[in-house]
Amino acid sequence: MQSSVDVREAARASAPVRPRREITTAFLVSRIAVLAVAAAILVYAVPPLIAAGSWVSLALLCAATAAIASLYLTRRFIPAKYLIPGTVFLIAFQVFPVVYTVTTAFTNFGDGHRGDKAAAITAIETGSVRQAPGSPEYGLTVALRGEELVFLLVDPATKQVSLGTSKGLTPLAGAEVGVTGKVLRAPGLTVLKAPEAAARAQQVSALAVPTGSGVIKANGLSRAVEGRATLVYDAACDCVRGNGDTWTADEDQGYFVNAKGEHLAQGWQVGVGLDNFARVLTDPTISGYFVGVLGWNVVFALGSVLGTFALGMSMALTLHHPRMRGTRFYRIALILPYAMPSFAMLLVWRDMFNRDFGLINQLLGANVDWLGEPMTARFGVILVNLWLGFPYMFLVTTGALQAIPRELTEAASIDGATPWKAFRRVTLPLLLVALTPLLISSFAYNFNNFNAIALTTDGGPFPAESPQVGSTDLLITYTFRLAFGAGGAQFGFAAAISVFIFTIVAVVSAVAFRRTRKQEEVYA
Amino acid sequence: MRMRALGTAAFATLAFAATACGNSQPASPAAPSASASAPAATTAGNLVIWADPSRVKPLKPFADQFGTENGVTVEVKEISKDNQQTFLTASQQGSGPDIMIGAHDWIGNLVQNGAIDPVTLTEEQKGAFSEKAIQAVTFNGQIYGAPYAVENIALIRNTKLAPEAPATIEDMIDKGKELKKAGKVKEVLCIPVGQKGDAFHVYPIFASGGGALFGATSTGDPDPKQVLLDAPDSVKAFEKLKALGEKGDGALRTSITNENYIVNFASGKCAYLVSGPWAISEVKKGGISYDITAVPAFKDGKPATPFVGVQSFFVASKGKNKALAQEFVANYVTNKDVAKALYEADPRPPALTAALQEVQATDPDAIKFMDAGKEGMPMPAIPEMAAIWEPFGIAETAVVKGGDAAKAAAAAQKAIDGALKN
Repeated sequence: MQSSVDVREAARASAPVRPRREITTAFLVSRIAVLAVAAAILVYAVPPLIAAGSWVSLALLCAATAAIASLYLTRRFIPAKYLIPGTVFLIAFQVFPVVYTVTTAFTNFGDGHRGDKAAAITAIETGSVRQAPGSPEYGLTVALRGEELVFLLVDPATKQVSLGTSKGLTPLAGAEVGVTGKVLRAPGLTVLKAPEAAARAQQVSALAVPTGSGVIKANGLSRAVEGRATLVYDAACDCVRGNGDTWTADEDQGYFVNAKGEHLAQGWQVGVGLDNFARVLTDPTISGYFVGVLGWNVVFALGSVLGTFALGMSMALTLHHPRMRGTRFYRIALILPYAMPSFAMLLVWRDMFNRDFGLINQLLGANVDWLGEPMTARFGVILVNLWLGFPYMFLVTTGALQAIPRELTEAASIDGATPWKAFRRVTLPLLLVALTPLLISSFAYNFNNFNAIALTTDGGPFPAESPQVGSTDLLITYTFRLAFGAGGAQFGFAAAISVFIFTIVAVVSAVAFRRTRKQEEVYA
Repeated sequence: MRMRALGTAAFATLAFAATACGNSQPASPAAPSASASAPAATTAGNLVIWADPSRVKPLKPFADQFGTENGVTVEVKEISKDNQQTFLTASQQGSGPDIMIGAHDWIGNLVQNGAIDPVTLTEEQKGAFSEKAIQAVTFNGQIYGAPYAVENIALIRNTKLAPEAPATIEDMIDKGKELKKAGKVKEVLCIPVGQKGDAFHVYPIFASGGGALFGATSTGDPDPKQVLLDAPDSVKAFEKLKALGEKGDGALRTSITNENYIVNFASGKCAYLVSGPWAISEVKKGGISYDITAVPAFKDGKPATPFVGVQSFFVASKGKNKALAQEFVANYVTNKDVAKALYEADPRPPALTAALQEVQATDPDAIKFMDAGKEGMPMPAIPEMAAIWEPFGIAETAVVKGGDAAKAAAAAQKAIDGALKN
């Protein structure tokens, strides 16, 4: 698909007169690198694709490689040379996940509904195979009759040897049985040794020896058991029969359901239309708490952004002051939290907030149940996020400050402005023009800051009346619990929620960006 | 960063996207990772086993031996995170292993996703395991895994501080409070609660107080249609937990968490620890003289039955070499030496009676844990169990902090029933 796009792009790109250009080293190296990577992927992926018989993938792979080769080996299609790598990454890492998430939202994909119907039927039938009552557990030896794989079955009690083929079971005379119960020699047959049998393991599993009451199948390579599937799928009625009951396929639910409304455990993936979206909107455990969680979510995201920005900016302004000494040392010290893995630091913070064993209470000599009370827990997570986030704001503000000429503030002070006024009226607006897009993306990031909550409070503390929603739950942690906590993994439902959250964040960001543009018009 | 912000749902999506690209867009950079496992999985005579880090090393020599005996190569691959989900996702895509190692309570979920096949054990093989182990790996009347280790929690006691094993919970609390008053310990009891509760560890005490999770079906399996958390007996049990909590005896405290409870015991901050075999190495490091007994029951209470978990080998139903996998699981790892080697790497009592007897000669702890779990209840393997843990734990935390027991039980019941659509 992608290669056809390439060709079209390329065709359009080739139309204008191509400028002559010099061949620089960088140009040569980058060209060789791209071709080498494409060739390497081709060489690496072809054998497994052939082995797996994925001819469509193979054709696509070859076509894509050919397209890349023609693109970078010829002197034409210059814009495409730059566009293609970006497009590939865009499709692979942005477009595909989004499309996949949205399509998943319309299915019931999740635990119990992972595979297709055929897989569910196989699982139901294999899972229902019971050993035939009173049947022996045969000792198994695999042998060849000509080219045909056969079983030599030894009854452990009588030491009687039988020959099992896909036609049935016949007694076999003249076989020599060893002490372990394995057949050593049999007339007219080639007895396979363990490695030879193992090499044919797939044939061994496939062979079923029919008997009156079921089939004898290998159980490993040294034993065979007579069993019978107690549940059997009947294509005529699209149902599963057995155990005195009938389960009919329900394509809306992706389950086999009986008259009592009970279903078999194994289901399959079906499209459920807008069900997942409807569930998000109508489920009382979601709609009942939605406003509260959204409110706190906005407070958390705003608190995190404004807090980190205020702190980071003050630090940057302090270090930017011309009379400040030892700025390099301070800068390194301030970057430190940024350099630590936030994953580990969040867990460390959680333990520091522990009432009886935590560092904070020990230092303060207090006995506050930080993460056990709603308000302190909320304060705690914002504090942790502040600590983790301010170095980033410090960095970007430092960068933006370098771009603001000092003459501007000096001119302001000559005009009689106080330092505060100069900052309010001159520096801050100029900073904001540069930083607002970053603040918005930081807001969007913190709006969905799963780690900050999941690793410190995990949504808690939870009021006794509502174990589903905790005081510090963000939309993302709260819905993660709904989608992956109680009912096993429900990817379809989770995807629907993701779409909703994406919509909220997109709307907030769009509005904010629109306002920024107006601001830019004023100051730029 | 942006990826992370989309949440875990998107993570899963991404994982799929990466592998799906392997099929539809072979030129994309994601292709190699998707096809990397393909050659291994498609070659006949190659067995792939997935195990968690602590079991990879002890399993390796036996896997190699099995490989040599059968003329195949056996690869033992380490999976360290979200093993069950990783296995399910991989096996759905056909890049999963032939054999998976995991806890028996996964069985229900693995079966409903069609990820594992039943394992046929002979009567003789079944007889070689402890009855509880076989009971645990049986689901819907079928055995779905070969058990190799049995684990349950017990009461680990600092014998210097508390020389006598307590007969009842009341005795234990009294002794703990006495020691605390005398300044010898800081906590009455080390049992993890945390801000979200810990249903697994508190369950024996809850059961002794008369509490129950599920009713039983006609076949004696737990019945997810009958959740009993809100039943009068369970409410009474929650009240007993409340009496042990922060406003009562102070034996259950939210500040004792899964991260600090073993450390606290190992550093002598409490005389009693409720934990499993995994705690022993840490306790030994702390130089504590200890003894292991069953978690005591309330005076006039029901038995304090811990959950019993059984580590097992599963045959993946989408594996490429099922005959070999069956051979390995049913006829090879039921071998005593394998059980012992796994025990030595990670000292949890072997499920194989013969291996347990040999192990107990050098390590008395194994049999003590086993004895402590005698009355235990195999953890329900039904997929619905997933709905229990969190609401139960949150109700526990609520009462431990002094909340109303009836209200907490009712809310937990409602949440669970809602999740199970009862």
